[in-house]
Amino acid sequence: MLFEGLDWSVEAGGALILNGPNGSGKSSLLRVIAGLLTPSEGYVEYQGEKVHKAEDYRMAMHYVGHLNPVKPVFSVFENIKFWAELHGGREITPVLKIFGLGDLADVPGRLLSSGQKRRVVLANLLTVSRPIWLLDEPSVGLDEEAVAALVAAIESHRAKGGVIVAATHGELKLREAAILSLGVGPA
Amino acid sequence: MRAWSILVQRDLLMAWRRSSDIFSVVMFFILAVVLFPLGVGPELDTLRKIAPGIIWVAALLAAMLSLDQLFQSDADDGSLDLLLLAPIPLETIVIAKCCAHWMVTGLPLILVAPILGILLNLPLSGLAVMILTLVISTPTISLLGSVGAALTIGARRGGVLVALLILPLLTPILIMSANAVDLALVGLNYTPLIALLGAFFLICLVICPFVAAAALRLAAE
Repeated sequence: MLFEGLDWSVEAGGALILNGPNGSGKSSLLRVIAGLLTPSEGYVEYQGEKVHKAEDYRMAMHYVGHLNPVKPVFSVFENIKFWAELHGGREITPVLKIFGLGDLADVPGRLLSSGQKRRVVLANLLTVSRPIWLLDEPSVGLDEEAVAALVAAIESHRAKGGVIVAATHGELKLREAAILSLGVGPA
Repeated sequence: MRAWSILVQRDLLMAWRRSSDIFSVVMFFILAVVLFPLGVGPELDTLRKIAPGIIWVAALLAAMLSLDQLFQSDADDGSLDLLLLAPIPLETIVIAKCCAHWMVTGLPLILVAPILGILLNLPLSGLAVMILTLVISTPTISLLGSVGAALTIGARRGGVLVALLILPLLTPILIMSANAVDLALVGLNYTPLIALLGAFFLICLVICPFVAAAALRLAAE
């Protein structure tokens, strides 16, 4: 058993920070919330309804995992464009600038550093507007400037009534965020 | 449909940028077929007799080379999670992937096969049926292969495992295709076999996307 007895909710505009030592189940909990992982017990509710793998819930959510899905043979622009088009997203050029990717638009993914790849993944959050953001250690590898841009993006998302659930080790300073600490319980 | 074409375009572009993968599949196919006359000897009658079987076996093995990468690279970099969460059914994504896979492996094999048929002294009547069986059944390879590729995500030496899983299931194609060409060569009616190949393709088209999608969902857990 990784975790049990968790019960919490996030209101519109709210943020929930998951923290805890490595292996405490932050990523697994996020995958459960995203609907990628089926919990052995319990459920996730969205707007008062159970949502496991529901279509309209998927349409309301962004999930950023701990990996960087950036294709080495595609340019930064192409990488972002694919996911934006798949989700019916809008113009992506302004989004590139927000995360400082403007000059990198034509650079192929294989030449990017891990921090730059992370920025490409985070840019996906802004190309398509979704109320729920599930972020798994979103700031890994980012420089101070990019972390500031990320925090600004998150706060403006919350100001518009969006919801954030993020697993992090404390690099992300969000205002009035609820904190859920996962400990390593008895095996 | 729009999402479907976006997915196919993405896989085609990705394959085009890594065209060495396509090239190696086609070269393997050509080499495997060309080696046979060297081993069996140059008697034209013998070659004509074994040509359909050789070309089909080589095509099956060549297609196996490309299958392990069908989902593996998406699984490795986390794209698979995002595809699972995308606002389109996973079955549609599987069909799109199979379609792109067929265009970059099945189609080149079909284009090269006539030259190899002539090389093995296959008469024109047999050659036409040979191409017909390839056109009908290479998509079946991609569809069944997607099930194998989805089941072996994360496995070490996944390529070998895909071949072990899928090749036994593809034996009906090999038997019926080679027989259809043989029948055409002696002037007998081969259409029932072609119809069976078509039926096999349609069955796979209906079942395989669901099975592969289920395997992908399991792989993500």
